Amino acid sequence: MQDGPGWIRQAEADGQFVVSAGGVWTVAGAAALERAVAALAPGPAVQVRFDLSALQHVDTAGVFLLRAAARRYEEAGADVTFEGVGARMRPLFELVAGNEGRAPPAAPRRYPLAAAIERLGCTTVDGVRELAALVAFIGEVALTAARNSWRPRRLRIVSLTNQIERAGLNAIPIILLMTFLIGVVIAYQGAVQLRRLGFEILTIDMLAITILRELGVLLTAIMIAGRSGSAFTAEIGTMKVNEEIAAMQALGLDPVEVLVLPRIIALVIALPILTVFADVVGLLGGAAMAVVSMNINTTQFMVRLGEAATLTQFMVGLVKAPVFAFIIGVVGCYQGLRVSGGAESVGQMTTRAVVLSIFLVIIADAAFSIMFAAMGI
Amino acid sequence: MAGEAVIRIRGLKNQFGRQVVHDGLDLDVLRGEVLGVVGGSGTGKSVLMRTILGLNRPHGGTVELLGVDVLRGDAEARAAAQTRCGVLFQDGALFSSLTVTENVQAPMREHLRLPRPLMDELAALKIAMVGLPPDAGPKRPGELSGGMRKRAGLARALSLDPEVVFLDEPTAGLDPIGAADFDQLIRDLQRSLGVTVVMVTHDLDSLAAICDRIAVLVDKRIRVGTMADHMRDMHPWIQAYFHGPRARAAFSAAGMSPGEGS
Repeated sequence: MQDGPGWIRQAEADGQFVVSAGGVWTVAGAAALERAVAALAPGPAVQVRFDLSALQHVDTAGVFLLRAAARRYEEAGADVTFEGVGARMRPLFELVAGNEGRAPPAAPRRYPLAAAIERLGCTTVDGVRELAALVAFIGEVALTAARNSWRPRRLRIVSLTNQIERAGLNAIPIILLMTFLIGVVIAYQGAVQLRRLGFEILTIDMLAITILRELGVLLTAIMIAGRSGSAFTAEIGTMKVNEEIAAMQALGLDPVEVLVLPRIIALVIALPILTVFADVVGLLGGAAMAVVSMNINTTQFMVRLGEAATLTQFMVGLVKAPVFAFIIGVVGCYQGLRVSGGAESVGQMTTRAVVLSIFLVIIADAAFSIMFAAMGI
Repeated sequence: MAGEAVIRIRGLKNQFGRQVVHDGLDLDVLRGEVLGVVGGSGTGKSVLMRTILGLNRPHGGTVELLGVDVLRGDAEARAAAQTRCGVLFQDGALFSSLTVTENVQAPMREHLRLPRPLMDELAALKIAMVGLPPDAGPKRPGELSGGMRKRAGLARALSLDPEVVFLDEPTAGLDPIGAADFDQLIRDLQRSLGVTVVMVTHDLDSLAAICDRIAVLVDKRIRVGTMADHMRDMHPWIQAYFHGPRARAAFSAAGMSPGEGS
């Protein structure tokens, strides 16, 4: 197919305008063809003949542009007739003629200031609504849990153990690595600062308190929020997109009972256990650093640690773990159930779940600190 | 131009693990025809379509699409052949983050440089051509019904005025009226645009109403023929397919004699 590029020309003959077009008129050359059409100069003619006999290959875009050219002459007050359309092109012309000029209704004009105010209002109202819905969801979860505590058989053991394996067991290596390194970092930084004051040995106290009270549980919770909270949202959200949630409801299964409760309970069980691992390995990391780079031997370290790392310190950290786990589980599942539409929504809600759960975990941690301070622990 | 093969498959072999799906399959699709592809579950109808489109690498054989070797041709030629094809996937496979108009414009944006107003007008034309109301354009796929998503998918497939259109189960999941409308739409578009249509379908009404020839996947190969040819075929699966109660109802509706040839 050696076809030439499309062209359109206007000529005057016997007081009549003749517009002839030829070559290939397809979407591939549409940009150039549109410019050619725009370059035509519709004169004050009464009769315009469109001679299309030189056309080689035409598609809908080509026909659309030819008709656009004809419309320009009609707007100038001329009568337009097409010639040389041929049997091959006629159905195409009819198809385009029957369907063009049906642009969607134009969007109403927006004023920037009004739009900004509107957006601010919408964001505020949405935020309040979301908070209310989250509280309602927590209530729903609590009710379902209470209902099922009468019938422990309905707590899905298989699903629960599966979730504990995925959220807890499989997370152990990364948690161990992370907290070991954090222990090393804290011990090193502490030693460097405290050495100048001559209290290098206090590094061990600092290490014990930071790891046990705060960082062990907090870093584990943040890692789990990124690892499991996001997975909850993505899983449940994809199920929502695939109408699996609707199918469950139609079969008389409660998604909160089947999907949400096992996940939340699994996290509430797994996160404290992970925290214990994190605490131990965090202290080990500190110990390794202390022995390698400080003038402290293992025995000294163990004695000092035994004094600093009391059961109270350990419990203060551990008691937060179930609360953080509950926050991560609830937010992850809640955002998953809020997915609507398609892939974009799954991504959006997953992001929101991770950000919101980490944010709420840190707020809860601050609340715990204030509470413990008031209690004098 | 009639008689020229736009798709030419020779000795195609496809297997997954130990399961051989196609073995020594030959197929010619002629320019301007509507070819229906039928076959039992697991006979590889969709695999065949994906192979022609270059989405699936077969274990053997040659596939030529619009004169380009899909398996061994150079990447540029293959990409050019692909832009001359349109595909409607089973559930539309619209990009969910784009509006219908943007979906239809996606191939234009990717392959052509067109001014924005022209793209808008062309998209509106395509959307009207597939029978969607104008206000469907600014909507997201999530806001459309299943039938409308299929139409929107077809509008996207037709975006660049392709020479070959592949349809995967175009009428599955549509109500009978919607399915009949869709059949008519495909036939109308095929007549006016002159495209070649390859349609995987189980809808006997579609087969009877709009297909010129039917390719039946049996015994890992393909048997192509008109409805009447298949009626005479003594293969048990083909017999069961074209002489079952549903087939009889569909063909009598289409004005064919159900017992023809048997």
